[in-house]
Formats: sequence, structure tokens, C-alpha cells
Amino acid sequence: MSVPEVIDTAEPVLLPPSGLHASLRRIGALVRRYMYLLRSSGVRIVELIYWPFLQMLTWGFLQKYLASTDNPYAQAAGVLIGSVLLWDILFRSKIGFSTTFIEEMWSRNLGSLLTSPLRPFELVAALSLWSIIRLSVGMVPVAIAAFIIFGFNLLDLGLALVAFFFVLVLTSWSLGLVAAGVILRYGLGAEELAWSMAFLLLPLCCVYYPVAILPDWLQPVALALPPTHVFEGMRSILLHNTFDPADLWWALGLNAIYLAAGYATFSWFLNSARENGTLLQLGE
Amino acid sequence: MNETARNFPKDGVEADANAPLPIAVRDLTKRYGTVMAVDHISFTLKPGSTVALLGGNGAGKTTTIAMLLGLIRPTAGEVRVFGTDMGHDRYNVAQRMNFQSPYVDLPARLTVKENLKVYAELYGIANAAERIAYVAQHLQIEELLDRQTGKLSAGQKTRVGLAKALLNAPELLLLDEPTASLDPDTADRVRRKLKDYARGRNATLLLASHNMAEVERLADRVILLHAGRIIEDETPQALIESYGQRTLEDVFLDVVRGRNTGNVATQPESLAS
Repeated sequence: MSVPEVIDTAEPVLLPPSGLHASLRRIGALVRRYMYLLRSSGVRIVELIYWPFLQMLTWGFLQKYLASTDNPYAQAAGVLIGSVLLWDILFRSKIGFSTTFIEEMWSRNLGSLLTSPLRPFELVAALSLWSIIRLSVGMVPVAIAAFIIFGFNLLDLGLALVAFFFVLVLTSWSLGLVAAGVILRYGLGAEELAWSMAFLLLPLCCVYYPVAILPDWLQPVALALPPTHVFEGMRSILLHNTFDPADLWWALGLNAIYLAAGYATFSWFLNSARENGTLLQLGE
Repeated sequence: MNETARNFPKDGVEADANAPLPIAVRDLTKRYGTVMAVDHISFTLKPGSTVALLGGNGAGKTTTIAMLLGLIRPTAGEVRVFGTDMGHDRYNVAQRMNFQSPYVDLPARLTVKENLKVYAELYGIANAAERIAYVAQHLQIEELLDRQTGKLSAGQKTRVGLAKALLNAPELLLLDEPTASLDPDTADRVRRKLKDYARGRNATLLLASHNMAEVERLADRVILLHAGRIIEDETPQALIESYGQRTLEDVFLDVVRGRNTGNVATQPESLAS
């Protein structure tokens, strides 16, 4: 190795480590990193669209088939694509949050991150923001395709769509926080949880059927889940052209509770990982 | 941006005699179930000192460093870095320290430059591009900047890890096996850089290493750990003399094999008030 002359300049000019600007800068740094990661692999970008697109196609053709028959459920089938697209918002956002976190562990980078000036809440904020960006990359083309192929316009849901979107994304973050905490504490062996956790909600939050179909004792459980109110609201708009905004306020209130519980769980597991010394052993 | 920039002390600036010590550890203990990984150790580090933590596998070196960094919570005892209790206010001093360890990596799919840019932002370095160029030149990794980090050799990764650790020109640098995987020539150059860095900035270095030649060359003090306890705390030369050996490696072998004990006073330096 040759020894070039080193010019001894370039003192680091350090910005204050505390305050809103500092937090935003660090969150931005992580989002930039996730962007670099996504950009480094074309396969990843394709994958973001691939699964939602397949889902939409499958349910779209089923809806088309049912609509062409005299089946009494044909009218209800009209909401299938809407259900699929809204479910995918919840599922993909959750997966985006969790897999990005898991990626930090795969790359054995968490130790460096957690010893830098980065605060845990900034890491969570970056993961949340990135989950929305990933979601947009995947869902916007699929929603456009649903309109072109099946004539289903997600925008028909009107302003409620914006509210639905936020309710679902907030729920996905709560789930993502719990999954990230468990993985932090128990290592990548618990990785399966990140993939399967959202499916626990699938039967309970009434994606494809009304709450009334559930047994009486299970209905309060379903109504305690914010996404249930979204799917009920969507059916109400598409089938009866009516919508009760009070339902959404309920969902947002529930989300606030779940999000606080999710962050508390994540913090608890992070502390537990510091206690057990597992932060140094994370990685492939 | 309306933030006020702060510069680190320039080369050769003397430390304020009343400033808190870079590291003050008191009765530090870590127990995992029935296993005592670190057993009531106490020591301090003075500004500008380079201290080596030595010990066999499982002696408690990495656990000690992880507790200093806040990655592991002690079972008992206290760690203060620049006077700050690391158990509660770690973020007050996180920007003034950095570390490098073979236990952590940088994301493999990012290029070296992308990784360094991200860490420059995390550490709040306003002149990131200039600083990255300087550190890259200093550690001779300029030709690696546009390569994917995951495609580098182990030795190249070690140098890139050091570049990340030096980005913010830390006043306290914690190094776990800093020259692991480097060929003798590169390792020698890296040691020289570290020594120049510590001397030029009056920076404090704490390194864990199995390389005794490295320790003899870099450290002005050695803390020898065995089964989680400090059994020696002296200069390398004093240790060699006290054990009647010719090299630090012979001393190390004596200690871990229980062949001999030195007659060096092993009282750790008193803690700062």
C-alpha cells in the first residue's frame, strides 16, 4: 500500500445534537439510507408492486365473475377489490416497517446506530416514514391498474379514503413496533412474527364480510380493532352511499391507544435487550 | 439551517484540568444469570491517554466496552463518560465519542461513501463531504468509496469501520480489535494513524485487543482482566518488569495460565469526584 501525503485539514463542524432540527436530520439520514438500499436492487422495487398486483388481479377477476352471475352476493362482491386494496395498505405498511427493521439486524448495523446520537424514537419515526414511502411505491401503481383493468376507482371513496389510509397505517405501525421489539429481544429467530402478525387481524377485522356475521361474543373484539371500522365504512360507502364519521373517530382513538402501547412495548423490549446483552449478538 | 456549528478543539489543544474525565467507572458489574461477566471493576481514564483492555476470551473486555457505550446495562455500578451518567444521559455525550468493533458491520448493499454520508448526518457533521474525503485519505480508502461495503475484504471493512469511527473526530474512541483482519503492513499504518490521532487531538483511546505487540506500541497503560475482574493495571513496561518477562505477550500467558503473579500494585486509579 502506497503512502500518499495526507493533508491535515477538514475539521468536522458539529451541529448541536439536540432539538427538533437535529432529530429531523437524523430521521432524514435513516430515510436516505433506506432509499439507498431500495435503489441498490431493482428486484426490491418490483417486489413492492408484485404481490399487491397479484392480489388485486385474483380478487378483481373473482368480483368480475360474481357480478356476471345471478348470485345474490354479486352486489356485495363489488367491494372485494376495495377490501383487498385497503387490506394491502395495512399489510404492506406493516411489512415495510418490520422488514426495514429486520434489515438493520441482518446487516449487524444496530449496534452502530444505537451508539450514535440517534434516539430510539427517531429510529421509529424513520421506519414509520419509510413504510409510507414504500407503500406509495407499491400501492399507487396497483390502484391505477385496478382502475384500468376492472374500472374500480379507489378515489370513489372520497375524503374518507384519506382517513381510512391513516387509520390503517397507524395500526400497522403499532403492530410493527411490537414485532420489532420482540425481534430485538429474542433475535432473528422471532422473525416469523414480523410476517405473520398482521394475519392475526385478518379474520377479526372483517376485511371481506360485515361485523354482523361474527358470533355475538366476538363482535366487541372486532370493534375494538381500528381496521374493522375502516372496512365497515368502506362497505357502507360503496353499498349504501352512506358513512358515519363517528366510526372513524372511534378508530383514531383506538389507534392512539394501540400506538402508545406499541411504543411502550418496543421500549420495554429494547431495555430488556440492553439488560440481557442481546444487542451485541444480533445479526445473521 | 439555523443551528449553530461547534468545532472540536484543534490539534494540540490541552485539556481543561477541571474537565470531567473521559471515563470513570465505579464498581461496574454485569451478571448473566449465574455467570459473572464483569465483577465490580473500577478505573478511570485521563484525557489523552491510550489504555488497553487485555484478557483472554470471556474475560469481560467486550462486555465492559458495551457497557461504556450504553449497549449493555450494568447489573450494578456506574459508568460516567465526560461526567455524564451513561445509564441516563447517554445522548449528551454520544456526539463526542465513537467506536469500532468487529461485532458490528455497516450495511452491505450501500457503497462505502453512502454509509459514511449517513453516519456523518447521524453525528451532525455539517461539512460531511469534506470530512469524508479527509478521513478516506487519512485511512487510504479513497479507492473504496464507490464500492459496495459488502464486497470489501475483511481488512478493507476494518478500515472502513475505522473511518466511520473517526468521522466526528471523537474525543473518546473505543476500539475492539482495531487491527483485526489487517495485514501486518496495513495494521502498522493504522496503528500509526491512531497514535497520531490521539496525540494530535489529545483524544482518549480505550482499546480491547489480543495483539500484544499492538498494545505495547499503542497503550500507555494496560488493564488486565481475568474472569471479569481487574488483576493488573499498569504501564506495559512496568508489567513486563514485574513479571520478569521480555514481552507483554509472555506476561499475558503467565496471567491467563496462572503461572505467575506480578508484584505490581494493582490499585486502580481513584475515581474523579
